[in-house]
Amino acid sequence: MELVFALVIGALTASGVYLLLRARTFPVVVGLTLLSYGVNLFLFASGRLATGQQPILGSSASYADPLPQALVLTAIVIGFAMTAFVVVLSLRNLADNQDDHVDGNRKQDEDSEEAKQ
Amino acid sequence: MSLPLVVFLPFLVAIAAPLFAQGGRTAIAIVSSIPAIIGLAALFPHWETLAGGGVVHNSWEWLPALGISFSFRLDGLALLFALLILIIGLLIILYARYYLKKGENIGKFYALLLCFKGSMLGIVLSGNLLLMMIFWELTSLTSFLLISFWTHKQDARRGARMALAVTGGGGLALLAGILIIGNIVGSFELDAVLAAGDLIKNHAMYPVALTLILLGAFTKSAQFPFHFWLPHAMQAPTPVSAYLHSATMVKAGVFLMARLYPALAGTEQWFYMVSFTGMATLLVGAYVAMFKHDLKGLLAHSTVSHLGLITLLFGMGTELAAVAAVFHVINHATFKASLFMAAGIIDHETGTRDMRRINGLWRYMPHTATLAMVAASSMAGVPLLNGFLSKEMFFAESLQLNLPGIWAWIPPIVATLAGIFAVAYSARFVHDVFFNGKPVNLPIYPPHEPPRYMKIPVEILVFACVMVGVFPAYSVGPLLYSASAATLGGEVPDYHLAVMHGFNLPLMMSFAAFIGGLIMYSQRQKFFDFHARFKEVDEKAVFEAVVSRFVELANRFTARIENGSLQRYAVLLVGSAIVVAMVPLATMGIFVGENGLSPVDWPTAIAAAILIFCALASAFLHRGRFTSLMFLSVVGLLVALAFARFSAPDLAMTQLSVEVVTMVLLMLALFYMPSWTPLETSGTHRARDIVLALLAGGGMTLVTLAMLTQPFTSISEFFLENSKTGGGGTNVVNVILVDFRGFDTLGEITVLAIAALGIYAMLKDTALTPPPGDGEGHAWTRDAYPLMLKQIARPMLPLALMISAYIFLRGHNLPGGGFIAGLITSVALILQYIASGMVWTQDRIGIKYHNVIGLGLIFATIAGAGSFVYGYPFLTTTFDYITWPVVGKFEVASALVFDLGVYLAVIGATLLALVSIGRLSPHSAIRSPRENV
Repeated sequence: MELVFALVIGALTASGVYLLLRARTFPVVVGLTLLSYGVNLFLFASGRLATGQQPILGSSASYADPLPQALVLTAIVIGFAMTAFVVVLSLRNLADNQDDHVDGNRKQDEDSEEAKQ
Repeated sequence: MSLPLVVFLPFLVAIAAPLFAQGGRTAIAIVSSIPAIIGLAALFPHWETLAGGGVVHNSWEWLPALGISFSFRLDGLALLFALLILIIGLLIILYARYYLKKGENIGKFYALLLCFKGSMLGIVLSGNLLLMMIFWELTSLTSFLLISFWTHKQDARRGARMALAVTGGGGLALLAGILIIGNIVGSFELDAVLAAGDLIKNHAMYPVALTLILLGAFTKSAQFPFHFWLPHAMQAPTPVSAYLHSATMVKAGVFLMARLYPALAGTEQWFYMVSFTGMATLLVGAYVAMFKHDLKGLLAHSTVSHLGLITLLFGMGTELAAVAAVFHVINHATFKASLFMAAGIIDHETGTRDMRRINGLWRYMPHTATLAMVAASSMAGVPLLNGFLSKEMFFAESLQLNLPGIWAWIPPIVATLAGIFAVAYSARFVHDVFFNGKPVNLPIYPPHEPPRYMKIPVEILVFACVMVGVFPAYSVGPLLYSASAATLGGEVPDYHLAVMHGFNLPLMMSFAAFIGGLIMYSQRQKFFDFHARFKEVDEKAVFEAVVSRFVELANRFTARIENGSLQRYAVLLVGSAIVVAMVPLATMGIFVGENGLSPVDWPTAIAAAILIFCALASAFLHRGRFTSLMFLSVVGLLVALAFARFSAPDLAMTQLSVEVVTMVLLMLALFYMPSWTPLETSGTHRARDIVLALLAGGGMTLVTLAMLTQPFTSISEFFLENSKTGGGGTNVVNVILVDFRGFDTLGEITVLAIAALGIYAMLKDTALTPPPGDGEGHAWTRDAYPLMLKQIARPMLPLALMISAYIFLRGHNLPGGGFIAGLITSVALILQYIASGMVWTQDRIGIKYHNVIGLGLIFATIAGAGSFVYGYPFLTTTFDYITWPVVGKFEVASALVFDLGVYLAVIGATLLALVSIGRLSPHSAIRSPRENV
């Protein structure tokens, strides 16, 4: 089970990192989302994997670690806020530059460099 | 209590003083005198303790873990410097009252002067090296502001910047040195450091620490080769020069050497570094002073030279030399401050400081001339004045150095040579200014005596020069003894303060210096011609050039690293993270801990395989954005399942609802974006990215595997035990969120709120036209909102709201709570927007989501602050049980109010974000759904 879980996190990280390195904003946003899934699962895993031991008092004999769960719960919501913010940033970039490249307004930069030369 | 009062009072009055600027210069001068007068009164009762060799301590803890404390310490040396700072400071305040012109920003001037005074007192009265360091830096900053007081003058700004750069740089070195010393001794307390002299000197790090500390002292005290900043700091108003650059700030470096004398002095390294630096400074300063035509320039270089003399005395390492050094600190402060003030008067009354134009002032201002001549004679070392006494001691000590062979001649020769120069430049100051023909083309003519009170400070200081010179043992004897004892850390050698010690070699040297100096002055034209042959180096230009060269280098370096390509930054970031993680990972390898691997069941394995496949697919098929997004959504759902599978129902519910919102959000965003990503990066770049991605993924796999199979102990036992009894809920995750770690949650919903407001602000005035089709030639449908969806969505709303209320209420005991309920409500509302359109929905909801966010934060904060009423810390929960019909026994906790805040903040933030994006399109307003109702 542990190996499977580790492979899942590895796959999420690898896909996330690959997309993070793309040149257009949308894949980067998708990559960040994948990466945050991976990170959330990793944080969650720091409480180890338990089956049928949900930390609801009285529901089982022993309980999974509730602390990482609480941390991850807020991490999920904050991760959503981050995704929303980044995607809006990319929309604003698109609106301002008519281009969704991650480097923003490349055309203007090139123009100014040409002007320098 | 009295010591911190002495130090902090000036700062307090500095805040108040500018308020009195309206009342005129006299009013503000009187107010600014208060700290010095109180300070003197507060120090006076300690004299008996100090005279008996005692030390006064006042200390409080500050950051004990770092060794920093508010520790103040008064001994003889500290008292001597504190008196200099307070008394000369008082005189300067009086003097500046007349020096500053009407209309100048006197409030700022006095406030800065007081801040400087407080910082300086802090240095000398600190009993903790780190505390001293703070005040040390404060003097650099305040002196920067004082030098650049006339901000409209470029020279003043540049001079100030140079002073700050040099002394600030030295301050950094000093800090490093102090940290090393503290590390060796194990304490930054001065008492401990002074007592650990042998330990420090025998430590392997001693040479480094000494070099660093001396760098700090040398830069502050303008020692060669760092002396160049001091003459340029003369752009300051003259009271500042008189105070900072003769009596106090430049003495801070000397003070430091005296302060740490028992801890650091007495080694060969100390001897060579300190005495040779002092010797070089002594000569260079004295030589250059001779050729300065600027009155203050002459005094500045003379100050450099005298500081070199004091340094040289400390460097000699004999006890008598240290006594002489302390003595010269007093003498130099008195005569040099009075000379600066005299120079300021001359500048004030003639409008220039150029000695080629100021001549024959004796006729116009005999009173000032007399005072200046006495002070200048003291500077030259004329008998019956204080400068003579310490100079004699210096000459005597220069003969006592045990250097081998011919080297033994060097100190006395250097001393005599410097004496000759000193006499020559003093003679120039007296003769050139007050005699030597008539004034040439003065801006203010005829000059006359300054206001009566402007001369009083000069008179007091000159009187002190004479008193010390004639009755040394009575006037300054006890203070000097006490300060010397504190400097040497115990025994004071036998010394004898007297005007004459008989006819001996030092007297011969003085005599030689006089004759030589006068001859030199009379032949000055030859020396001027000789000096003119050398091209004068403009330190300021050199310094500016060096600075701009550094700036250019830094810019080029920055431009190289930061070329504006986000992709490159991301590669560097990921790459360096991998490099950092690589080393421990490589040594660990594939590691399976003690707990071993547990068996896999088929459903889990299949779900994991799908998840992995979809994750990879969303990466590899990313160019088709919609496809990529679909795969992403599958991944998100499977992550939710993973949480459910591994005993985290709360997480599963949260993930599920977030997943829905995220997908809506991303699809909405995609609506405005191109549907396809063009192929831009080259094959090698993609290969590199794949390698990076695989390394990162592989690394995370190894780390996770190692972590998961390791046994661990958790602090969660506490939460499990106290959740019911202390928090009143059985859902431990929720209790942690709203109770144990409630403050974190409050922070997190605040972040959520800020993100949503940021989104709103970013899109507020933005309009985006979505592309006409999906990029493959298919146009978007122009249909109105689908009827079926609309019909289903509307009855869904009350149902969904009820479910979210249920989830919310049960959250404390069963999976649920504010976050999840908030997300469910959001999803229900979003569905209305999707089904019926922006305007239709917004019209009916009629609430501004900003207000919902604000309300949420207010609820959460009030729920937390409510516990103050009962005398508990912020966010302490109280709870009770009530029985509700239908629901049954129900627990009402103040945490519920907090959770309500969370609930509202989540709804507000989510919807504000989505609505902001939805509103982007110019069509959304046109497509008014009213016609569809």
